[in-house]
Amino acid sequence: MEVDRFLTEITAAPGLSGYEQPVAKMIGATLVKYANEVRQDHLGNVVVLKKGKGELRPRVLLAAHMDEIGLMVTKIEKGGFLRFTSVGGIDPRTIVGQEVVLFGKKELCGVIGAKPPHLTDAKERSQAFTMEEMFIDLALPEAKVRELVSVGDVAMIKRKAIKLNGTSMAGKAMDDRAGVAVMLACLQELQRLHHLADVYAVATVQEEVGVRGATTISYGIVPDIGIAIDVTHGAMPGVPEYDTCKLGKGPGITVGPNIHPKVASELIRIAKEYNIPYQLETATGPTGTDARAIQVTRGGIPTGLVSIPLRYMHTSVELLDLEDIKQTGRLLAYFIASVNSEYVEELACF
Amino acid sequence: MLLIKKLTEAYGVSGDESGVRNLLREELTPYAEKIETDSLGNLYIKKGIGKKPRVMVAAHMDEIGLMVVGIESNGLLQVKTVGGVDERVLVSKPVVVGENHVPGVIGAKAIHLQKPHERKKPLEVEQLYIDIGVKNKEEAEKMVKIGDYAAFLATTHEIGDNCLIGKAMDNRVGCAILAELVKEDYDLELTAVFTVQEEIGLRGASVAAYNVHPDFALVLEGTTASDVAGVEDTGYVTKLGGGPAISIMDSSFIAPQKVINFLVETAKKLNLPFQLRRLTTAGTDAGAISQAHGGIPSAVISVPCRYLHSPTSIISLDDYENTLRLAKGVLMAIAEGGLSLEGFAEKIK
Amino acid sequence: MKDLLKKLSETYGPSGREEKIRQVIAGEIKDFVDEVFTDPLGNLYAVKKGKSTKIMVAAHMDEIGIIVTYIDKDGFLRFSNVGGVSPQILLGQRVTFGNGVVGSIGVEKLDDIKKLTLDKLYIDIGAKNKEEAEKLVKIGDIATYDREAAVMGTRVIGKAMDNRAGCAVVIEALRRLRETENEIYAVFTTQEEVGLRGSRTSSYRINPDLGLAVDVTLVGDTPEPPALNVALGKGAAIKVKDASVICHPKIKAMLSELAAKHKIPVQMEVLTAGGTDAGAIHLTREGVPSGVISIPCRYVHTPVEMVDLDDMENSVKLLTAFLSTSVKMQEAFPCALV
Repeated sequence: MEVDRFLTEITAAPGLSGYEQPVAKMIGATLVKYANEVRQDHLGNVVVLKKGKGELRPRVLLAAHMDEIGLMVTKIEKGGFLRFTSVGGIDPRTIVGQEVVLFGKKELCGVIGAKPPHLTDAKERSQAFTMEEMFIDLALPEAKVRELVSVGDVAMIKRKAIKLNGTSMAGKAMDDRAGVAVMLACLQELQRLHHLADVYAVATVQEEVGVRGATTISYGIVPDIGIAIDVTHGAMPGVPEYDTCKLGKGPGITVGPNIHPKVASELIRIAKEYNIPYQLETATGPTGTDARAIQVTRGGIPTGLVSIPLRYMHTSVELLDLEDIKQTGRLLAYFIASVNSEYVEELACF
Repeated sequence: MLLIKKLTEAYGVSGDESGVRNLLREELTPYAEKIETDSLGNLYIKKGIGKKPRVMVAAHMDEIGLMVVGIESNGLLQVKTVGGVDERVLVSKPVVVGENHVPGVIGAKAIHLQKPHERKKPLEVEQLYIDIGVKNKEEAEKMVKIGDYAAFLATTHEIGDNCLIGKAMDNRVGCAILAELVKEDYDLELTAVFTVQEEIGLRGASVAAYNVHPDFALVLEGTTASDVAGVEDTGYVTKLGGGPAISIMDSSFIAPQKVINFLVETAKKLNLPFQLRRLTTAGTDAGAISQAHGGIPSAVISVPCRYLHSPTSIISLDDYENTLRLAKGVLMAIAEGGLSLEGFAEKIK
Repeated sequence: MKDLLKKLSETYGPSGREEKIRQVIAGEIKDFVDEVFTDPLGNLYAVKKGKSTKIMVAAHMDEIGIIVTYIDKDGFLRFSNVGGVSPQILLGQRVTFGNGVVGSIGVEKLDDIKKLTLDKLYIDIGAKNKEEAEKLVKIGDIATYDREAAVMGTRVIGKAMDNRAGCAVVIEALRRLRETENEIYAVFTTQEEVGLRGSRTSSYRINPDLGLAVDVTLVGDTPEPPALNVALGKGAAIKVKDASVICHPKIKAMLSELAAKHKIPVQMEVLTAGGTDAGAIHLTREGVPSGVISIPCRYVHTPVEMVDLDDMENSVKLLTAFLSTSVKMQEAFPCALV
């Protein structure tokens, strides 16, 4: 399975935070082809295990979240219009006029509407739409809506990934299905490498609402090393350079209190040794990724974070460079191949 | 005084506490039955292993500071804050950067070059930079790198009426007191934990509490003394010279009434001055520890500090001594069965 | 039920100081369960032993309050909040310290009501000076709203319906529960209002297979309401999501199916803000599939919270049905990727 085809398929699949099952099945079925076993835990995290060699097999956890942000119906109004709230952080300005798929008793097409401009005055038009002013329009009569839709049903942003110039791709849910694609690339690369460590490649749930899947799965697996794979802000005008990474220049490797210094330095050493491009990222506190949950699980877990540069995060046109995904996969595979018991023991020594 | 001077002058911004950890390890190895660290960098010192009850005493080693996030072409370092730094105290302060403690200063546009309306607003951290005196980026990169931590540079010395002034009183005072406690013996299993990353979310403590799983935990801290000009009596929180401050409630933790009573009685028995910490915000390691496992009875005692989170905090050495005496008294009392820990979990049927 | 609710509502028990309400609840349930015990955070556990699936059902017993931080020379008390207390709601209220001492909430001279904050308020316990006041209260004492519950037909108005209504529902369900294979841990939790603390430690201690919280929820059936679906009198609410938890779809489905089977009126609930004990329970250890049965409540976090006894009766029926239903964990929550 090619990384770009995989990414196109999984980004199109439904998988809002708390409702990841459709994309979970797809991911599990593909990843297990390059591993030994797959299972799901009670919250829905998909755990794919590729076993290592030898007796003392250190455990390495890779975590990429498969949930996407979306909408949830809060009330059915007169006329069959649906009020909604966001599941995860949605900027309301980016969804006006967006098509959605509503998962009621059956899949329904809808669009996000608001009062048309003809009926607004200049002052109203200068204000951004708020979530409360918008609604989902299914173009169905109220009675039919009430029959097919319940409060609590979820709606997914409808967007198929678009291939752009060169190796760029834009679509919804690249945050963080790109990370899941990295795990595919990594497992594929590991087919050719000798590794002692047991690799737990986990597609986590509910990261967007509070890194919840990572919290419980790290508790369950208790890895010796945990590496989160997420996306980071791609360079663009108006944002300080130090807050972004360039597209096409390899993954961001994070340093900071959330990251074990020897995990970061080893990732950098591996990148240099195998000529894998990378960029340095700083984080001055707990990061907005699964890494912040992993590090403080149980008695503490040495944690790392690698990120795919991505522009327009949390919109339906998140844009990235597929080369970055492949390079990150290689980086992690070579890192895993270098993990042994001595390295792991050192990590508790300060 | 010597230990607290050494500790406050050492460097240990949240995320790299090695300067403080190494000092403590060296100081306390002769007194420990077991010394360990974990993968976050917490330092555990155990004695009385096997005795009951198991008591954990915690003090966080980390201080607030800055991190280098970028280097301008002219060699100036772009920074971000680590922990709750009041940005208004940053400008015009000396700092040290990275492992080699490269000296620098936090600069901003000179007042002569600022417009009147600019001077009224505090400078935001994006407008500040660390100047280490180099001519360009290449020179800078020979001395420091992106990701390096920067801490305030300050020497600790006596001031006023038996007071001490220096940086990082929060929480090197707690560390100094804990270090003194470790040098004595108690009829219980004591694990002294010097925790990391308290300032960015009580992260070291949550992991340490999981590892130690004590029957009771005492947290030693530095807390705000806002008994200064411009603040009404009601807003004092604690007073310098008022003695150790016993916490009732903070943003992370509510002390059980039983525990507060026990601390107050112990202070009274020992004829020690004490005060109640009159602030319900700001968190401490007790928040993380008390919620570990199935719940751990905990308490917090703090040394009052003026100008917390600045390079010029002031503590009273009388408060320091009395807090140490109270902490010792608490441990002795627990060893003698003074706090019935079984009473915390009652079987009704 | 209304007598039980009135009794629970009027009992003192702010976050961190739940002893009194704990005693009252312990008295109500001990005859219906096999074990009763407490833990270091003050949680009250009532266990009905069983052989199979371990279910934790949590109802928090703490209420919001205000904590004394300062006593001035004239005997007035300054305070801070314990949980979500709004300064506007406090104006004109009477508060109680649970030991006979009551006081009025007063406010400093204020030009603009929009500038009202907690530090401009104070408690007046009628003391003439600091010494008199110190005989009655001390720094660290916590006061709650002082209000008798009133019954108007099927509606009950009073303070702390959040969450004494939930406690009443759990107590009544325990009373009605017949033999079941499930092992039931009913936990009356502490410190929910300040961060779900009691449920966090108790669920770690119990390590349940399934979790269910019973709490109140906001409604959208009053004049110019927020866009919320839940209404008073329309049944027990099955929570879909709030800020702390996305309820496990299987638990949500089980509750819906049981409601349909037993003809219990229910409504679906989505909250955009706020949390419940399920938020802490579902993230315990390796994760616990969890859900919430919510009791519709108007005017939450005021002394005039209003609940409907029919909604409570329907919540009891739904909860009892859920606790009686045998769940085979391996079948209902398989680990193989289906």
